[in-house]
Amino acid sequence: MHELSLVQSILEIAQDYARREGAVAIQTVTLRVGALSGVEPEALEFAFETARVGTLAEGARLEVEWVPLAAYCEGCSKKFAVDNPFGIALCPDCGQVSAEICQGEELQVAYLDVI
Amino acid sequence: METREIGLSVLAETKEERGRRVQVEKGVLSLNNQFAARNRERLKAAGVTALNILSSPGSGKTTLLARTLQDLAGKYRMGVVVGDLATDNDAQRLRAGGVTAVQIQTGGVCHLEAAMIARALDALKLDKLNLLFIENVGNLVCPASYDLGEDARIVLFSVTEGEDKPLKYPKMFKSAELVLISKTDLAEAAGFDHGLALESLCQVAPQARVLEVSARTGSGLEEWYGYLRGKLG
Repeated sequence: MHELSLVQSILEIAQDYARREGAVAIQTVTLRVGALSGVEPEALEFAFETARVGTLAEGARLEVEWVPLAAYCEGCSKKFAVDNPFGIALCPDCGQVSAEICQGEELQVAYLDVI
Repeated sequence: METREIGLSVLAETKEERGRRVQVEKGVLSLNNQFAARNRERLKAAGVTALNILSSPGSGKTTLLARTLQDLAGKYRMGVVVGDLATDNDAQRLRAGGVTAVQIQTGGVCHLEAAMIARALDALKLDKLNLLFIENVGNLVCPASYDLGEDARIVLFSVTEGEDKPLKYPKMFKSAELVLISKTDLAEAAGFDHGLALESLCQVAPQARVLEVSARTGSGLEEWYGYLRGKLG
């Protein structure tokens, strides 16, 4: 479980950007989390509640924009959604397995709401 | 009707004043990735090929490395960085063959990070090496997210772990250039189904090359050494 160290990075980034904007408090931190980011949003939220104490985000909410997995099929020159829970990227048209993940590995601080 | 509309717009404006949106769009692991990029440059400049070896605890990373270091001694100039939560048992075991092994004790952290590798590189004489093995903390989840600056990732899974390991840890297996199925000498006793394991791997990690090895009997090691030869160009 490395969610606590991830949350510490999230808080550093959020506070850095908030200070640059002259904000006094962060109300919301919105993350963009890919299905293949290796992160469990619930565990992140739990860690966030502990780690935010004493920071500009002390009263902040953590919001998550979930990014589903998508792959690219070279044979069909087409991007397709992967809804398989194991991340098996089978092209719906030709049935070939794709090794080219083009979406779903994101783990970003997307934006903040500050005052 | 008009009054109500005005009321709504007043509410909206108030909300606007209370909170401002700040666009960030920054990767949570961006600091780690900066360290990784620096490590990669440093290794490249020194002419060192670095391989990140990953698996769950007890898949045989240290045993395979010990055998590899012994078999290839004199052929390559090898070094090892070993990550564990505690103890330096693995480094001691690997040093037995005269190889430089730096132990990183993560103190409970479940993965190696690029900054830890940067410190380990300081402790190694990089100009004396051409092949560096980084034995990561035994864990198939967290280390997958951390680029260390390696040239390639090698994921081991042993025949005693079950054929569906790749299905359970897709992120890790998708990042592997090479998958080593280890402890094949135990395959029969463990009732390991090769076909099923290869099928899981082909589906989850179509990019990966797969080799089957036993560090105990030596079976499959020539192919593994062939892979290493190829990496060193």
